[in-house]
Formats: sequence, structure tokens, C-alpha cells
Amino acid sequence: MIRLTGINRIFEVGDEKVHALNDVDLDVGAGEYLSIMGPSGSGKSTLLNLLGLLDRPTSGTYYLDDVDASSLSEDERATLRRDKIGFVFQFFHLIPRLTAFENVELPLTLAGVEPAERRPKVEAALESLGLMPRAAHRPEQLSGGQRQRVAIARATIMDPPVLLADEPTGNLDSASGSEVIDILEELNHRGITLLVVTHDEALGKRAKRRIHMVDGAIVEDVQQTPS
Amino acid sequence: MSPEDTLRFGYRSLTGYPTRTLLMLLAMSIGVTAVVLLTSLGEGARQYVLNQFSALGSNMVIVLPGRSETTGAAPPMVGATARDLTLEDALALYRSSAVRHVAPLIVGTANVSYAGLSREVMILGSTAEMQAVRELEMAQGRFLPPGEAERASNVVVLGAKVKREIFGNATALGEWVRIEDRRYRVIGVLSDKGQSLGAEISDTVFIPVASAQQLFNTEGLFRILVQARARESIPRAVEAAREIIRERHDGKDDITVITQDAVLETFDRILTALTLAVAGIAAISLGVAGVLIMNVMLVAVSQRTTEIGLLKAVGASGAQIMRLFLTEAAMLSLLGAALGIVLAYVGIWILGQMFPAFPLSPPNWALGAAVGISLVTGLLFGVMPARRAARLDPVQALSRR
Ligand SMILES: Nc1ncnc2c1ncn2[C@@H]1O[C@H](COP(=O)(O)OP(=O)(O)OP(=O)(O)O)[C@@H](O)[C@H]1O
Ligand SMILES: [Mg+2]
Repeated sequence: MIRLTGINRIFEVGDEKVHALNDVDLDVGAGEYLSIMGPSGSGKSTLLNLLGLLDRPTSGTYYLDDVDASSLSEDERATLRRDKIGFVFQFFHLIPRLTAFENVELPLTLAGVEPAERRPKVEAALESLGLMPRAAHRPEQLSGGQRQRVAIARATIMDPPVLLADEPTGNLDSASGSEVIDILEELNHRGITLLVVTHDEALGKRAKRRIHMVDGAIVEDVQQTPS
Repeated sequence: MSPEDTLRFGYRSLTGYPTRTLLMLLAMSIGVTAVVLLTSLGEGARQYVLNQFSALGSNMVIVLPGRSETTGAAPPMVGATARDLTLEDALALYRSSAVRHVAPLIVGTANVSYAGLSREVMILGSTAEMQAVRELEMAQGRFLPPGEAERASNVVVLGAKVKREIFGNATALGEWVRIEDRRYRVIGVLSDKGQSLGAEISDTVFIPVASAQQLFNTEGLFRILVQARARESIPRAVEAAREIIRERHDGKDDITVITQDAVLETFDRILTALTLAVAGIAAISLGVAGVLIMNVMLVAVSQRTTEIGLLKAVGASGAQIMRLFLTEAAMLSLLGAALGIVLAYVGIWILGQMFPAFPLSPPNWALGAAVGISLVTGLLFGVMPARRAARLDPVQALSRR
């Protein structure tokens, strides 16, 4: 599914160079469940952004589903991102003036799906996350947990094979946080490849495969057999 | 993304930030209002002048003694040596089939007195045809009697103002007024209304042309007013007038023929140029509106940085984001233009109530131009912010809250 080889990402800030990712190799199979942990500034978000095609590596190759992502144009990357990747963010990033329904609908709209086809899909997605009664509410009228669920519905509405979550519970209390993780895991059970960046030790341990990063490098990659 | 969805998205972001949207609409609509209103005023002035001229009498050709170069810069000096235009010259013009009426005209000033009241008045000597040529309306009585132009009968037709000033509210018809040392019987009073450049006519009196010749002791006519049979026959009437007079003046081309069209055209050109100039000035305010739109769109882009980042994260291409922002700018421009046109019509209506005589309506080209210019400025000034949005780095955009 995902194959990174020799990935480096160097930011240049003035004269200084920040080596955010240092020779990273990573293979992720379809349907895997990974957690990525590590101290602040260790390059977790940078890695996720590269995987999500929002950023390009300074060097190294990235194959997504046997497509060489580094050879693609900006527009091709946008299309690939739309079809293959779902993003869940710490700060939800819902569009404030749109309703929950419209936020979930957005990727379908951008992809040019007919309104008649969009409606049942969005309704099904909202229904499965228990958000149907909130469909017409705007983000400010929703709780944090509900917002993140709307964001998850939006991230999965295009049925992407890969779901990337960057500290999805970072802004939630533990109850709604574990609720969100339950949803993500349920999606993983149904076949989605799930990568979750988290600072929460307990949440990280729930993943079958755990990656630990320090200073832009993967220092630990353990496969966990469920205890 | 389908065009309907693009429009809906634009609509949602316009209604999502009402203050910003209203401000931009206001700026755009003021610009459009200025363009439409000012061109209406210019066009109104043009129409007004044209109306005034056509009220002078329709299909009119004016024959003046003396040759003048209408295009030359030097004053027409030859006029002094030219032969007079006589009453016979005037009547000879009837030989042309293009001519319907001929009205000779002698102009002079003289003292008009009645019952001890005396006034210096402009005296117009003419014939019955003058009524048709200048489309004069009578308030009372009748105009100069038709018949032989050479007969010097002692009758007078008073202009409305002259009548008022000499007779007040008393009856004038049938009374005898004195012009210099002769007595004339009042047979008619001109109406005040329906007259062009009207003040001038109401301040005059008409007497038969032969009487005027005696009064001012002259054979020569001031000018001859000729009414052509139709608009199409004006050129033929002009040609005929030249030929007939040349023949009668021993082959000398010593008259000047003016058509109303030529005068009208000059005014038309001047006033059209004026309208365009005024419209151009108003268009500057549209440019200002454009700059404002650019500024507000730039603010919108930085306000909506995370939104743009998010759009990219869910698969929007740079081109798509550019299209979304340009659509927003275009919608603002068009809405602003529509609002501006409504405002302009309200303004025109109000002006119409205040000055009912002044014809006010925006020319079609001005409406089109106003909408076109506002759309172009909106898009032009919308491109820069839209490009900035399209190029935004999504990682940076999303790293902020
Ligand atoms: N746009 C950028 N320009 C310069 N340096 C950057 C940029 N983005 C990230 N970095 C640097 O790269 C390194 C890795 O950043 P990254 O955001 O991936 O860390 P992280 O592991 O996600 O940290 P956190 O847990 O705090 O979110 C940091 O040192 C950061 O300062
Ligand atoms: Mg991070």
C-alpha cells in the first residue's frame, strides 16, 4: 500500500537547515493499523503530510498503491489525494459557515459527484456516526467530539483506502477521545489502512503496529500481538 | 466540480461574511450608479437639445444671404457684398417639388405702444406659411392671413409675453397697437406652449412681410425658412434653393444654405463626446471599487487560509481553488452592478420628479458598459488574491488553528 524509501525532508529557515525527516524507510500494507508516537518536533506531522501528498520529500521515493507519487504533477497529486487519502486533524478544520451535512459533502462536491448521488452517501455516513440529528448544524453548534466525528465522516466519504489522523484526540476529553478512536478502529476493521499520530500512550498501545520517532528518524517499529 | 456547485459555494461564502459582502457590493454599486446616472444626464442633455431643435420646425432648410464657408476659420466677409434676398427670390423657391412651404423673414426692432404703454420689441415680418414652418400655436385669433405676400396689410400677431406686458389680462384681439408711426390691428395672440427656444418667440410680434419691408425700409430678407416635403427631400430642397437663387442672381453663388440636420449633428457630436467624458470619469470610481474588492479579497484569503488548506487536503486542485475565488469576485461584481443599476434608476426617477421636462434615461450601451466594466474590474482585481489562494501551501495553512 505505502512504501517509503530513503525519505529526507529538510526545511530551510533562513540559513539554518532543519532535518525534519532523516532517511526514513517505511512499508505499510493494506488494512494495517499503525500508531506513530514520539516527542514533539520529532517529525510525526511532517511524515503524515508527506504520506498525505500535502508535502513533497526533499529526497527519497514514495509509492502509494504502486504509483510513484514523486513523479506526479500538482494536479495529479490533488486527484490522488482526493481518491486515496482521508485526513483527520487535531483542530477538525471544518468550514465554519457550512453545516455538518455540507462539510461532509464537500469532497464529493469537489469531485463533481451529482447532487442526487451525494445526498444518500452523506446521509449514510452521518447516520453511521450517529450525527443525523445534527446534519443541519454548523460546527460552532457542535461539541468537540461531534465535530471530530463530522471530520471523520468527511475524511471517509470518498471511501479512501488510507486514513491519516494527526492527533485526532488532542483536543478532546478522554471520553469523546476514546469514542473517536473506537470509530477509527471500526473503520480499520472494515479494511481501511489507518495511521494515527498520538501523544497518548494508552491510545498508541491500541494499535497493532507501533512506530516511535525521534529527531526525524524511526527508532522503533514493533508489531504487537493482541494480548 | 460542477458550475452550479461552484456558484453555490460562492454564494455560501458571500452570505457567510455579510459585512464584507455588503461593503463590496456598496463600493461596486456606487461606481455603477455613477456611470449609469452620469451617462443618463449626458444623454438627457443631448435629447433635450435635439428636442428643442426639432421643435424649431421639422425638415427645415434655412437660406441666408451671403456666402459663408461653414468649414473655414475666417469670418464670412463676402456677406457684405452679396445681393439681397428678395421676396421674389423666396417665392421662386416654390418651383421645386421638394419644397412644401416657404416663409420669408425680416427681423428688426421697433417701438410697440398701446394706451400710453410702450415697449421695444423684436418685429418679425413674414407670411402665413411661417405658422406651418415653425409649428406655431395660437392662443387666440389667427395667424397672418394667407394670400399675396406683397400686400402690406396693417395686422399684427402678438407673442404671448408681449401681449401680457402690453395688455395684461385685457382683451387684445381687435385692438389697434402702434408700431413706430403706424397702426396695426391685433388679429391673433401666440400660445406660450409647444414652443422651442420659446422665450424668444413669445417676446416678438409678427406682421406681414411687406409691412415689415415698409417699416424697416428694406427690400432684403433676413433669411428664408423653407420646409421640405419630407426628411428625404431635404438634400433636394437644398440643391434646388441653391440653383434657383443662383439663376436669379446672375449665376452668382451668393447664399448660404443651412439644414437643421447639420446644426443638430454638431450638437449631437459635442454632447455625445461630453457624455463619454463624464462616463469615463465615473468609470474611475469603478476602478476604485475594483481596488477595494482586491483588498477585501486578499483579506478574505488570509482569513480563510485554513479553509483553503482544508480544501486542498480533501483534493481540490490549485485551479479549482482559483476558480472558486474568481467566481466569488465575479458574483460580487455582478450583484454590485445589478444593485448599482437599481440605484441609478431610483436616482433617475427622483430626478425625473424634480425636473419633469428633462428627458432622462440611461442609454443601453451605458448599462452594458457598466456591467462589463464592473465584471472586468472584479475579475481583474480578483485574480491576484485567487492566485495567492491557489498557491497556498496546505501544510502551513493547516498548521494554524
Ligand atoms: N514549514 C516548516 N518550516 C520549518 N521548519 C519546520 C516546518 N514544519 C516543521 N518544521 C520543523 O520540522 C520538525 C518536525 O516538525 P513536525 O511538525 O513534524 O513535528 P511533530 O512531531 O509533529 O511535533 P508535535 O508533536 O509537536 O506536533 C520540527 O523541528 C519543526 O520545527
Ligand atoms: Mg505534529
